Amino acid sequence: MKTDKRRVAGCGGSAADVADFRDDYPKFTPAMKHTHKILVPDMLPVHFGIIVDFLRKDGWDIELLRNDSRAVIDEGLKHVHNDTCFPALCVTGQFIDALKSGKYDVEHTAVMITQSGGGCRASNYIPLIRKALKSEFPHVPVISLNFAGLEKDSGFPVDLKTLLKLAFAIFYGDTLMSLYNQCKPYETEPGAADAAREECVRAINRAYDEGKYLHYKRITRGLLERFARVPRGRGPKVKVGIVGEIYVKYSPLGNSHLEEFLLSEGCEPVVPALMDFVLYCAVNNVNDAKLYNKKSAATPLFALVYRYLHHVQKKIIRLTEKYGFEPLHDFEHLRRCADKVINQGVKMGEGWLIPAEMAALAETGTDNIVCAQPFGCLPNHIAGKGTIRTLKQMYEHENIVAIDYDTSATKVNQENRIKLMLSTARENLKEKQKKRG
Amino acid sequence: MAKFMGIDVGSTTVKVCVLSESLEILYTSYERHFARVKECVLGQLSVVKEKFGGDFCVCITGSAGLGLAERSGIPFVQEVQAAFTAIRQYYPDADAAVELGGEDAKIIFITGGTEQRMNGSCAGGTGAFIDQMATLLDISVSEMDALSLRAERVYPIASRCGVFAKSDIQPLLNQGARREDIAASIFQAVVDQTVAGLAQGRRIKGKVLFLGGPLYFLQGLRRAFRQTLGLDEEHAVFPENAPSFMAIGAALYAAGTDAMPLEEIVRRIRDARGSDDIVTGDPLFTDRAEYDAFVARHKAHDLAFEDIRTYRGDAYLGIDSGSTTTKLVLITPDCKLLYQHYQSNNGQPLDIVVERLREIYALSEGRVRIAGAATTGYGEDLIKAAIRADFGIVETVAHFKAALHFDPKVDFIIDIGGQDIKCFKIKNGAIDNIMLNEACSSGCGSFIQTFARAMGMEIDEFSKLGLFAKHPVELGSRCTVFMNSSVKQAQKEGAGIEDISAGLSASIVKNAIYKVIRAKTPDELGSNILVQGGTFLNDAVLRCFELETGKQVVRPGIAGLMGAFGAALYAKENVRGESTVLDAQALRTFAYTTRSHVCKGCTSHCNVNVIGFSDGRKFISGNKCEKGAGLKPHSDELDIYHYKYERLLQCAEGARGTRGKVGLPVVLGFYEQLPLWTGFFEACGFEVLFSERSSRSLYFRGQHTVASDTVCYPAKLAHGHIESLLDAGADFIFYPCESYNLDEHDSTNHYNCPVVAYYPELLKANNERLTQDNFIMPYLDLNDERTTVRALHRALKKFGLTPRLIRKGLAEGFRRLALFHADVERKGEEIAAAARAERRPIVVLAGRPYHVDPEINHGIGKLLTSLGVAVLSEDAVFRKGRQVLVNVLNQWTYHARLYRAAEYVAENEDMELVQLVSFGCGIDAITTDEVRALLESRGKLYTQIKIDEINNLGVVKIRLRSMIAAVEEQKRRNHEDR
Repeated sequence: MKTDKRRVAGCGGSAADVADFRDDYPKFTPAMKHTHKILVPDMLPVHFGIIVDFLRKDGWDIELLRNDSRAVIDEGLKHVHNDTCFPALCVTGQFIDALKSGKYDVEHTAVMITQSGGGCRASNYIPLIRKALKSEFPHVPVISLNFAGLEKDSGFPVDLKTLLKLAFAIFYGDTLMSLYNQCKPYETEPGAADAAREECVRAINRAYDEGKYLHYKRITRGLLERFARVPRGRGPKVKVGIVGEIYVKYSPLGNSHLEEFLLSEGCEPVVPALMDFVLYCAVNNVNDAKLYNKKSAATPLFALVYRYLHHVQKKIIRLTEKYGFEPLHDFEHLRRCADKVINQGVKMGEGWLIPAEMAALAETGTDNIVCAQPFGCLPNHIAGKGTIRTLKQMYEHENIVAIDYDTSATKVNQENRIKLMLSTARENLKEKQKKRG
Repeated sequence: MAKFMGIDVGSTTVKVCVLSESLEILYTSYERHFARVKECVLGQLSVVKEKFGGDFCVCITGSAGLGLAERSGIPFVQEVQAAFTAIRQYYPDADAAVELGGEDAKIIFITGGTEQRMNGSCAGGTGAFIDQMATLLDISVSEMDALSLRAERVYPIASRCGVFAKSDIQPLLNQGARREDIAASIFQAVVDQTVAGLAQGRRIKGKVLFLGGPLYFLQGLRRAFRQTLGLDEEHAVFPENAPSFMAIGAALYAAGTDAMPLEEIVRRIRDARGSDDIVTGDPLFTDRAEYDAFVARHKAHDLAFEDIRTYRGDAYLGIDSGSTTTKLVLITPDCKLLYQHYQSNNGQPLDIVVERLREIYALSEGRVRIAGAATTGYGEDLIKAAIRADFGIVETVAHFKAALHFDPKVDFIIDIGGQDIKCFKIKNGAIDNIMLNEACSSGCGSFIQTFARAMGMEIDEFSKLGLFAKHPVELGSRCTVFMNSSVKQAQKEGAGIEDISAGLSASIVKNAIYKVIRAKTPDELGSNILVQGGTFLNDAVLRCFELETGKQVVRPGIAGLMGAFGAALYAKENVRGESTVLDAQALRTFAYTTRSHVCKGCTSHCNVNVIGFSDGRKFISGNKCEKGAGLKPHSDELDIYHYKYERLLQCAEGARGTRGKVGLPVVLGFYEQLPLWTGFFEACGFEVLFSERSSRSLYFRGQHTVASDTVCYPAKLAHGHIESLLDAGADFIFYPCESYNLDEHDSTNHYNCPVVAYYPELLKANNERLTQDNFIMPYLDLNDERTTVRALHRALKKFGLTPRLIRKGLAEGFRRLALFHADVERKGEEIAAAARAERRPIVVLAGRPYHVDPEINHGIGKLLTSLGVAVLSEDAVFRKGRQVLVNVLNQWTYHARLYRAAEYVAENEDMELVQLVSFGCGIDAITTDEVRALLESRGKLYTQIKIDEINNLGVVKIRLRSMIAAVEEQKRRNHEDR
């Protein structure tokens, strides 16, 4: 449609008509690689651990923040509009709390955050963090890690090699997370799964040191072999899937250590892969081109990247099956699952990925699910809570609890609701075993 | 064999039950624990010990029992599970159960697919909610119950959370609605919340069990449930042992656990230590001496007194009829205090005022002449009319007047009252910026009161406990409901009542500073801070404020009476000639009657209260417009919201159409695109049907399909619109999903917000009446013709539209949309010109297109025009504004309009901007700060109004009047400077 014709007269305007209300903010330049320390928020402990390690070896002075006290939340509350979503508060709070700790030279420190650039307010984290830092840490630049061409004056430089390293770090992190969760609840020697995880992290780091990070089959096989050696009991456990908004789904700071809580309740947490979110973002770009003819120069690239990553994912799945572990989802299967529940056009936030994961979990025998979201998360009204009714109709035993995470939502409230879901889950498990005889 | 014991530790009570080996109920008990959980449990166990000895299989349940169970190593069962176990044992034929506890509400569906549901974290408590409401009415819960049985009518009260309900009830109280009716309305609200919020579309039918304390003790609540669910005596079961039902369930559950001697159980519970999870802060005072110095310092700011029993001469009366309290002050011309009064409303502010006025006349025995009187606060209009006061002033102005008296250099005033937090920044002797709490964080002052009563204490006693607490707990800084859960958590962790008291005081202060004022550092507040309001009379709160800000502040001795004092000062300065206030003679015969009815003047159907005074005058309230007050309605000519709404609905030409009847829901994005789609379908040969106009009853019609209770009200209303279209017989409903809005070429991207973009998905998934056939929701990007035509062609396949016809239809649609935009802009110009000719102030009421719905904006446009202001909208002016570069990512079409409208307002001296924000709009958390910064950088005031399903224009009115007063004051000063 020729929009210019349709446009209402008076819209648009020349450069002279522009009113600039922007504040100055410190930019991030590639030269800072040699002068600045970069702080990264604790979003996915396992994955980010691998990434931070190889970036260090590539010459970046980078540190993964682990501060997790009440002060983190308090700083967030003080510096971010309280109606903004919880992850923004956590991330900002973690930065400010760290910068205030005195451990860093604030004249030579930068903070880094990922940015997706979607229609969700999460794409505004960067300006929010800048605003929060402005009064107390005016010289700390905020770096954007994105693949959408945003924040050109402060982007983290990503070349093809770094991109590959990142992608494989995500694959390894996903496998590690999944294997650990499949062993930890069943381990017969306390700490055996943790030891395996530590050893595997070292092995992955070594592979990066040696520049062999692309040898994913060998590395994955190594992980599988190591975890296969963890002595495990047989007793059936309640499996609980975790889906939801990307930050509270993975970050222990965001979800009040949900995985640990489920483990302590004797459950097996089933956490879908981060790679699925990456593929989801790539596919959305391709979908936009298909649905709305929104083609950009990058679209074929996204299609290519998608095909390659999906190819690797399938190989890893096959390997995992060979060792008798439950593999992570095949992304094409996830897309088919999504189509049963919601249109793939729902692409803001985690969009269609959430119901897709809930359906895929149900189909692979995990019908107990915690759907985690920040309080008042906009896309999750539709893709999370909005789809539960449909899913319950599709899968008889689907047992979903939607949990809101927030600065003031208390742990006791959250845990009580999760426990309710678990008690149903345990009944269902008993029934199932009875049927099997 | 061992007996079985269940211990249910709820948020407010402890229940213990003992079962025999054959599962007979031997003993049950029920007791409030007043946050002393462990002591209470141990007390009850000692009773058990006296009655029974031996071994027990024991199990703990309940929301506050979790921590106790963990630390004592006693098995735990989730309370809904416990109830379920007991139901299966004792009522195997039940179909469903409803359980209301202190703070939780639960529904268990037993037949037709077992399902257990619990309220979300935002739904607030139920038992606690009822307690809170009883406190508000200043009666006990059982008195409220008795009152409710004599009700004649039920008012709509927001049931989502206590804070909202309070905002609905307070105006009713202040307007003199019957307390019987209010009591019944409160119970009805609880029922509506349970049925709509919890059952969410699944019907509660068959044999229904009602469990939990409130449903056991409250007849009115029982009646409301029975009537709403349409259950007869046989199908509504209220078990004898309802309050201890969970405990019984827990005891049954204990059957599977190992038995242990009672002594062992007692030992384990006694030795359970407090956990380390709990975050605590420093004590408020290190010792007594520090406290004494603090008290002495604040004593300096007291007023001088004059004895009314001996004084002879003129006096000025100020009355502040607040939301929860009524304050009266009588001063001499040299500002000495003759008489003061501060009292809880108990729901009847007018009685209090009349009674006190009589007392004043009696005490003065004719020596004192009231030379002037002014009223302020929520009840300003009513009291002014009743006692014929000379003035009614906005409360913000009253407070400022009073503050100036104590500190002429004051540059920041913060007032925390029962329901409101008000802050003013003062610049150059005028109010420069006003911040009021939003509906969500309100209720903070009265929260301490409610909480104190729940602890069985008076507020003074309770808050004093906090002064010397050793480890005040951190309770977060959000609304009441969240604080309730935080307190629960702290109790669970074993915090003492002193620590909770101090923690609550700190919460209130943090809430004010970081949520209402949104200060980043204390220095932003100013250097001469004055604190006032009843809540600051509480030394613990005052101390927390000084600690948090790191500043010494002024608290006048009459901190709780500042509004009334300011009103008296105002009367003194402004009265000319004889005062009109009722004299002793007239007051003696004063009486009044109240009556309420539904106004049929328009579709709003306001509940109008009519108060008739003994001298024949009438006072009417509750009406949204003059019609309800029996006056000629003022003209809507200067209100573009009215124009836009009507103009929008006129976009159909009313063609009959041969292809069928398409229903268009007038919701969310349709408030912008209705002309487009109407044009499209009419050009393609369809008859177009709009959904009904929004109303509260329409909302209730669709409430059962609302899937997320925290989504914004405009979205929730959509559910009712869908029902209305289905009922009206549309062949199909058309509602496209649009990730991208129309590109207006002034922002980085042109998204819709996620809710506007994809709400059709949610509607379809949660309304079983919608099918593939009757609900058509293609994914479109209207900026691209080729894919739009393709998608429409596919979606409307069965009607056989050719691509050519679709293109023609779209062209017609865009033509009508352009016409609509042009008309709105033209009307805006007319209004601005007319306002300028009459020298009226102009307000750009900036929101989203859907804010024109009167059910969403609650008639704020009308309110503004009744205050003499002309009203424009963001879309009437933004095209006149320049392109704007902002700090945040500017990527939503509607939000980009806001920035441009703000820029335009900043360029026009006679315009102000008021931003309308829907509660729950996450994106506005970003836009509001940006619009504020944009306006303030150009020296403009910023006013934000948060709206939700609550319809409490009282608060909005105060805010808007304060803003207008501040603007006028600024203008006057600018004029003087010149």
